[in-house]
Order: sequence, then C-alpha cells, then structure tokens
Amino acid sequence: MNKIAEAFQNKKAFIPFITAGDPSLEMTEQLLYTMQKAGADLIEIGIPFSDPVAEGVVIQEANERALKQGCTTDKIFDMLSRARERVTVPLVFLTYLNPIYTYGKERFMQKCAECKIDGLIVPDMPYEEREELQDVCKKYDIKIISLIAPTSKERIAMIASKAEGYLYCVSSLGVTGIRKEIKTDIADMVAHIRETTDIPCAVGFGIASTEQAKEMAALSDGAIVGSAIVKLIGEYKENALAPVEDYVRMMKQAVQDTEE
Amino acid sequence: MSKGRYGIYGGQYIPETLMNAIHELEDAYETYSKDPSFAAELEDLLKNYAGRPSMLYFAKKMTEDLGGAKIYLKREDLNHTGAHKINNVLGQVLLAKKMGKTRVIAETGAGQHGVATATAAALMGMECEIFMGKEDTDRQALNVYRMELLGAKVHAVTSGTQTLKDAVNETMREWASRMEDTLYVLGSVMGPHPFPMIVRDFQKVIGKEIKEQLLEREGRLPDAVIACVGGGSNAMGAFFEFIPDKEVRLIGCEAAGLGVDTDKHAATMTKGSTGIFHGMKSIFCQDEYGQIAPVYSISAGLDYPGIGPEHAALADEKRAQYVPVTDSEAVEAFEYLSRTEGIIPAIESAHAVAYAKKLAPSMEKDQIIVVNLSGRGDKDVAAIARYRGVNIYE
Repeated sequence: MNKIAEAFQNKKAFIPFITAGDPSLEMTEQLLYTMQKAGADLIEIGIPFSDPVAEGVVIQEANERALKQGCTTDKIFDMLSRARERVTVPLVFLTYLNPIYTYGKERFMQKCAECKIDGLIVPDMPYEEREELQDVCKKYDIKIISLIAPTSKERIAMIASKAEGYLYCVSSLGVTGIRKEIKTDIADMVAHIRETTDIPCAVGFGIASTEQAKEMAALSDGAIVGSAIVKLIGEYKENALAPVEDYVRMMKQAVQDTEE
Repeated sequence: MSKGRYGIYGGQYIPETLMNAIHELEDAYETYSKDPSFAAELEDLLKNYAGRPSMLYFAKKMTEDLGGAKIYLKREDLNHTGAHKINNVLGQVLLAKKMGKTRVIAETGAGQHGVATATAAALMGMECEIFMGKEDTDRQALNVYRMELLGAKVHAVTSGTQTLKDAVNETMREWASRMEDTLYVLGSVMGPHPFPMIVRDFQKVIGKEIKEQLLEREGRLPDAVIACVGGGSNAMGAFFEFIPDKEVRLIGCEAAGLGVDTDKHAATMTKGSTGIFHGMKSIFCQDEYGQIAPVYSISAGLDYPGIGPEHAALADEKRAQYVPVTDSEAVEAFEYLSRTEGIIPAIESAHAVAYAKKLAPSMEKDQIIVVNLSGRGDKDVAAIARYRGVNIYE
C-alpha cells in the first residue's frame, strides 16, 4: 500500500495546507512538526508561485510573502530533506506547472523523490495536459492528485479512471478561500466518482469551521483546509505554532467524530 | 497532447473548474465559425459599425525622407474605438450572445481592449465587467471613465504587480467563479486554446485586406510586414495571411523599455524562455525558478511578460523574426510620424514605426514595407508629454 492510502486507512483524513516560506522556511519546518503532532493525516505544501490563478486572496498573499522573503524551490527542498526525518505523514506538493517546468521536470521529481514527497497537485494541469508530467512522475513514483470540480460533470469518469493517491474534490466554483456555505452536492459528486474508482476522495476549497469539516468528511474520505490555516499564519506569524496546533487538533477531532 | 498546438506551444493549461467552459466555447466557435449567417452579421458590424476595411495609406513623405523602401501604413487606428481591438471584440461578443451569455468579462492593460469590449457590450446589450491593474487604472484614468461611460464596471486589481498579467489572473478567477452566464472575452492571441485561434481568426482580416489592397495598388506582395507585439494580436492579424508567402518578411517589434540589458523591459522573445502560464505553453520573461518577471514598457499595451503561442512557433520555425525596440526609439518614432505624416500613432504602434525607420533605408526603392498602425495615439499624448518633461495630465 502506498503512503497516501495509509493516510485514509480505516479513518477519515484531515489534510492541512500551508504555503512554504510563509512567514519563513524555519516556521514552515516547525509547522510541519506541529501539524503532524496535532493529528494531520497528510500535509499539502504549497510551493509559492508569482501568479497563483486558482487561489483566493488569503493564499495569494501568502505566496507573495514567501517570495518576498526569498523562498525558492531549492530552499524548500533543502528544508524538507532535513525535516523529512521527523515528518512521517505523507507529504504532497501543490504548485503550478511553470515552477516545475522551469526547474526541469526530471530534476524536480528527482528532488521530490529524495525528500520522499508522495504526491503532486498541479491546479493548472487538467486531465488533457497530464502528459506533461505523467511519465516523469511515474518514474519517481510520485502520485498526480487530480481535481474534480463542481463543473466536471461528465468528465468525472474520465478523470477518476486515471486517479492516483486521492481525488481532490473541489467544493465550490471560483478560487480557494473561506466560505460560509458550500452549495455543491458533494454526495452526488462522490457517488459519481465511486462508479469508476475506490480511490479516497477528500473535499477542499472553502472549509473553515468544524461543522463544515464534519459535514464534508461525512460525505467523503476527508477534509482539506488551506485558507483558514494560512490566515492564522498570516495573523500570528512567528507565533502561529500554538494557534495552528489548536486549530488542527480541533479540526482533526471534528473529522474523526464523523467516523462513528 | 491536448488541442490547440503550435509546434510545442499552446495547449489548455487551466484549472479543471474551467475545462467545461472552455469546451463550450470551442464547440460554439466550431459551430458559428462555419455558419454563414454569423459571418454575415459580423461582416455587417465590421463594415458599418467599425468602419472596415481600414485604409492602406502610402506614406509618401516618410518614404522620401528615409530614402529606401516604399512605406505603407495599415490604418487600424481609424477603426471605431481607435485600434485593431474592435475586430476581435465584435466577433467574441457576438459569439457570446449566440451562446446565450448575458455577461462578458475582460482584462485590459492600457484600457484599449477594455474600451473595445465595453463598446461591443453596449452595442449588443450585454453586461460588462473589466479587470484592470490598479497601477494602470491610475495611469489611464481617462480610459477607466470611458469604460464606465459605456456602461461597464471596472475593477482595479490590487494583486501582484497590479498590471496586465494580474488583470488576466483576476479575470480567470472571476470566470472560474461564474461561467454559466458569462464569457471571458480575451484581448490577445494568448491564453488557453481556443482563444489564440479565435482571436487570430477575428484579426486576420487585417492581413487579408493588406494583401488585397496592395495587390490592387502595386500588383505585388510586400517585402516586409512590420507590427508591434505584446501578446501579439495585431501582429498575428497582419502576419497570418502572409505566412505561406515565404518571400514576405514578417517582423514583430517587442518592447525593450529602457534596454534589453536592463531589468526594465518586456522583450519576451529576446530575453524570455519557454514556460507554461496563463493557460498556454509559450515564451515568458521569468526567473530561474519560473516566477513570472515584472515587466516594463512605456507602452501599457506591450507591457506583458509573455507572447501568444503561435508567435513562439513562428519564431522557432524562423518564419517571423522579433526585434526589440526601446522606449526612446518608440517615442522618437511617435513624434516623427506625427510631424512627417500628420498621423499620431499609438505608442504601441510607434514601436513598429521605429523599426520601419531603421529598415527602410537599407532596402531598395522598389521594395515595399507595410507597417500595421494598430492604434491611434490620442491616449498617449499626456504620457509622451510627461516623458519629455512637460507635466500635463488627462
């Protein structure tokens, strides 16, 4: 069984997201330890990009902060090669195609393998462009995590047929960010996916409250939370460890509560 | 490999959320581009509303002054709204209407594409929202008011560098949140397929007319066609008809700003490298980690860190060449054409005029250069005055 599957084994997964280098790579390293301790089952790490078109304001600003303080792809790999000894949960990168392409696809995946990165989410690589990374990801055994959107409809079967790791179910139209209400019929989306694959489905975009996490995890295999955590980091900066730990623990509990 | 490829370039690198919207546009274009009644409706708009065909003017004084090749100017500046942009928006907004959309959104840099889109939306009774970098809304306050006058809502984009590329990001984000009733009307031959193809198809009327008009006047093809390039829509429009005519040189002039050896330029072809951004694989100004570089040009319309994928392919195939033109060369050409021919060109188009000035004297007197005068320069007068140290504001 691959490491990602273990994260969903006999439990609902709570998946936090943070942007690497926000407010500093030292803090990112500490946040990884903290979130693991607080119960994160898998962690998504954003490699900052100058133009993150799928992100809302909160994560856009985190990207800008990280780049401004000099965070680079190489520095992220350096930090992870250190941190990986202590971080045992699966790690998944989220970034855009250009940072990967320009770094060199082969070189990028090789470094990912060295840091034991388990998967990759690339929001601007739809099913039709998978060929861009498919072979090189396979070579280094890095799972491509595909996204399914509220607009995917008849595309679901096609995307699900090639799914690896887990499927990222996008809860809402638009970009990432905290939402008061999630209107998409997630149960229907997951049922559609289940016609094709048994791969775990985690729901992301817009989740911030324990109620939302509970509800989404009940309908799927886990909840992904980005903006709410990145917002805490933006507010508390160097002092974010304690509030993030409390938040992750609370959210993990909420997700677990759905298991009974 | 996905659709919409030009050599290795092009493609559809967009979030999953937008894929069905893009396919809907592809299908609609496939249908309407073959529909004679759509073509007739668009032709009527181009003729009676936009004022096509635009004139091909022999610049006699400029030709005599430079003492080389004969210079013709394709007068896209005389179109309604003062630039070539109207050709594309009439097509796309008409398409949006046929698709049953009631709202169009668009990015704009200097405001020309925004003004054109707002114009077409007013004409066809569509709701219209324009995304424009905050810095550009300050620099081009007059165009903001113009768009509002035409009934559009203008959003000042405060993310990133607050210029054209950020306006594109924000329009993409808006489209991803609302596509049911909304079409993104993209302003250049860039973005995900089918936009580079659609915009090129709606702009290729420029080259088609150049060919017909020149054959009638001179009985021959030009030796060179010169156009300025940001994303590359007016250049692609002027070049496309001539691609099979190998003897016609195609020259794109990109913005070198303060010089290609400074960090203040937008010279994508001269200084950029292959990347994937804004839905397409193409050439971009970027750093070693693939972060898109902030670009600069005196011309807000050329101030873009990428170029359309078909241009990148034409460069690879060596079918077209791309040359850098600095701010100072462009300003000098702006003033030169004003004095010599009584035509004030857009500062964007002045980049093409500047290169024609360099090239013409090295050519024979029986040779012919066509410069695509993509827009008029009224919008630039205050900025050029400021460049020359005269403090006037619109």
